[in-house]
Amino acid sequence: MNNVARNQKIAFTCLSVLGLLTVCILIYIIGYIVSQGLHMISWEFLTTKPRKMGSEGGIYPAIVGTVYLVLTTMIIATPIGVGAAIYLNEYTSRGKITSMIRFATEALAGIPSIVFGLFGFAFFVILLKPVTGGWSILSASLTGVTMVLPTIVRTAEEALKAVPDSLREGSLALGTTKWQTIKGLILPTAMPGIITGIILSIGRVVGETAAFLLTLGGTILIPQSLFDGSRTLSLHLYMVAMETGAMDVAFGTAAVLIVLILVINITASWFFRRLVKRFS
Amino acid sequence: MAITEVKQTSPSQAAASSAGQQFQIEAKTLDLFYGDFQALHGINLDISQKQITALIGPSGCGKSTFLRTLNRMNDLVKGVSIKGEVRIGGENIYDKNVNVVELRKKVGMVFQKPNPFPMSIFDNIAYGPRAHGIKKKSQLTEIVERSLRQAALWEEVKDRLHSSALGLSGGQQQRLCIARVLAVEPEIVLMDEPTSALDPLATLKVEELVNELKQSYTIVIVTHNMQQAARISDITSFFLNGKIVETDVTSKIFTNPTHKQTEDYITGKFG
Amino acid sequence: MNRILEEKIVKVFLFITAITAVFSVLLIGVFVFMEGMPIFLKYGITDVLFGPVWNPSSGVYGIWPMIVGTIYVTLIAILIGAPMGLGVAVYLVEIANKRIAKLIVPAVELLAGIPSVVYGLFGMFAVRSIIAELERGPLADYLPSNYQTGYSVLTAGIILAIMILPTIINISLDALKAVPREYKEGSLALGVSHWQTIYKVLVPAAKSGIITAIILGVGRALGETMAVIMVIGNTPLVPVLDWTGLFAPARSLTANIALEMGYAGPEHQQALFATGIVLFVFIIVLNSLTTLLVRRKGRK
Repeated sequence: MNNVARNQKIAFTCLSVLGLLTVCILIYIIGYIVSQGLHMISWEFLTTKPRKMGSEGGIYPAIVGTVYLVLTTMIIATPIGVGAAIYLNEYTSRGKITSMIRFATEALAGIPSIVFGLFGFAFFVILLKPVTGGWSILSASLTGVTMVLPTIVRTAEEALKAVPDSLREGSLALGTTKWQTIKGLILPTAMPGIITGIILSIGRVVGETAAFLLTLGGTILIPQSLFDGSRTLSLHLYMVAMETGAMDVAFGTAAVLIVLILVINITASWFFRRLVKRFS
Repeated sequence: MAITEVKQTSPSQAAASSAGQQFQIEAKTLDLFYGDFQALHGINLDISQKQITALIGPSGCGKSTFLRTLNRMNDLVKGVSIKGEVRIGGENIYDKNVNVVELRKKVGMVFQKPNPFPMSIFDNIAYGPRAHGIKKKSQLTEIVERSLRQAALWEEVKDRLHSSALGLSGGQQQRLCIARVLAVEPEIVLMDEPTSALDPLATLKVEELVNELKQSYTIVIVTHNMQQAARISDITSFFLNGKIVETDVTSKIFTNPTHKQTEDYITGKFG
Repeated sequence: MNRILEEKIVKVFLFITAITAVFSVLLIGVFVFMEGMPIFLKYGITDVLFGPVWNPSSGVYGIWPMIVGTIYVTLIAILIGAPMGLGVAVYLVEIANKRIAKLIVPAVELLAGIPSVVYGLFGMFAVRSIIAELERGPLADYLPSNYQTGYSVLTAGIILAIMILPTIINISLDALKAVPREYKEGSLALGVSHWQTIYKVLVPAAKSGIITAIILGVGRALGETMAVIMVIGNTPLVPVLDWTGLFAPARSLTANIALEMGYAGPEHQQALFATGIVLFVFIIVLNSLTTLLVRRKGRK
């Protein structure tokens, strides 16, 4: 009996250590990046162009590139993803087509980002060059759309499923069409959940590098239109760290990214909590 | 369309209807199946205008299922098939060319559990009219006030029309749902055990309201509360195992039923 | 009638959005295979797959070093990440009080949100310097000089282990939570200790979910690009197959594509797409494994 109690004590201690270790790792990573990079962050760093291949100066073009890319990707991906979720949840029941769509969505979620990059390169950058301008924000956005689609579809579907059927019945019984019910009642009710998915997708686009390495071109110039190449903060970090060797700038950029991701996560969980509150 | 047909019923048309009396809803040998399971067997029921008809019976007897055939809410359930016909204002609502959306506008429904939408009181009431194309603010305000007054809720909520409907009490929520139905100006209001989720006081208020509404609407109410049926209805129909055992004037059903089964049920011997 | 027409148009539009995912998957598959197949056809499948030399400038495209490199780092990542992730999941479900759980759960979420380049940068400095000191200090006598840079499969494996933690924790957490309470209560009622109940009843009952978690973790590790590039050294050579191989710089399939796409000529590009095909096949095999597992569980 004594032995059993001792074993349990040892095991539980080990598991607690693992749990706390996870938190420590996170704190260490964030702390390390921030302590190395925070001193770089200044108004000037955020608002001026890089000099000497990015080894000096600011990260302004990368911020602009990130914003353009995120906006374009989400403007295209949101209606498609939410539309797909509405179709799956409101318009069909289990059938061949539905299971095919679900399978494809799952498969998309599992494809490595560099493979998305290869596809984006072959399809959007090379084949559709007359339309997309080759390496461009548009090519990268379209690639990004295929990447974030599963996240948006899944979260939107969860949010739609959480809307009780009694609301659908209540609305339809008033003589509204299905689409009126969805537009006027179901979507607004599910909105916090849908927004959570959108914010998570924004995080994915901000953090993604491999796919954009092959589709965005990586120029350090400020993009003038969607058909221009650009670089995102993540891409900038990679390029200055691996190609220019400007570690100060790399850490500074990383610190900016960490702050961005923190903001994105906090916002997402705020919306998620609102969703939970709405149904309890 | 059917709506105008009913409203403009001329004496000659009324005379033409079978019993010399005008029925607004006529169910004729109605069968309903959930997949292979038959839930309704040859239902025949005529329901008159501006009266309260109560459907009673033990749970699972088909009374709610029947109620939901009257505005085709069963269409939403997978695997439901229907034989026979339901005529409302003379038109078979299961005809191929019937517009279900228009039908539901004409035949409103109040559900067992209050289901206010997660929006303001005002928007809840204005939801239906807006969907039917009314956009003018003044007109909507007028409809909201009228509907809330009709549902005896106006005095309680007039100062907080723009706060969330979810903040109302259960009884208020149910009256809100009734007001929401009235706002689209139906001719018929179906009520599916509207007080089963409410406390006795709130129940009483809703019952009073239902009695008021009889002036302007045809009401079909499903209830498993026999006192309620006795209190408020004009006609009572007793359902058992997917069939109608007997339909008669309420006072007769509760004092001198024709069938043994009805008597057993109302005296509490089963169900 | 207007509303009915709108209803029909909307339905068509929604259907189109829904099948976008299907088309995307098909297009991705078609394009990667179309661009990569010529290399296999020209040089022979076995020569490309198992060729030990990758030297695009002289037209030699052996992917074998990258296959070994990928498997190697993935194995290390799983060997570290899976037990740790499972441990944390068990801790969260069975042991941790609410306050501590409220600290760990968001931490795991944040770990999942950190961009891979940031992991890479962190690995390049924080982790690599430790490994490099190990290599140059106590292990210096056993390791060749090119194994003493700190860039190694071990460094990459450690970083990947951290990166796959959220996947493994979250999915095994769900699996453990789904185990019926009666199992646990039944076991505890027999006088079996809490810990014995965990590893004899709870974990076995959640087995298929935990395996799914590990498979998804493998998929994540296989597919990771940036963090690996930044710490693995990127030498397209097969690591020595004894313990010193842990400290060998190597190259993964993903890194191979990302590193060389920027300057590759036409045939070289095809070879990189061929690398993509290999990666794709790995992922398909993994996904099928998961599907199989879920189906078997469904049948039970």
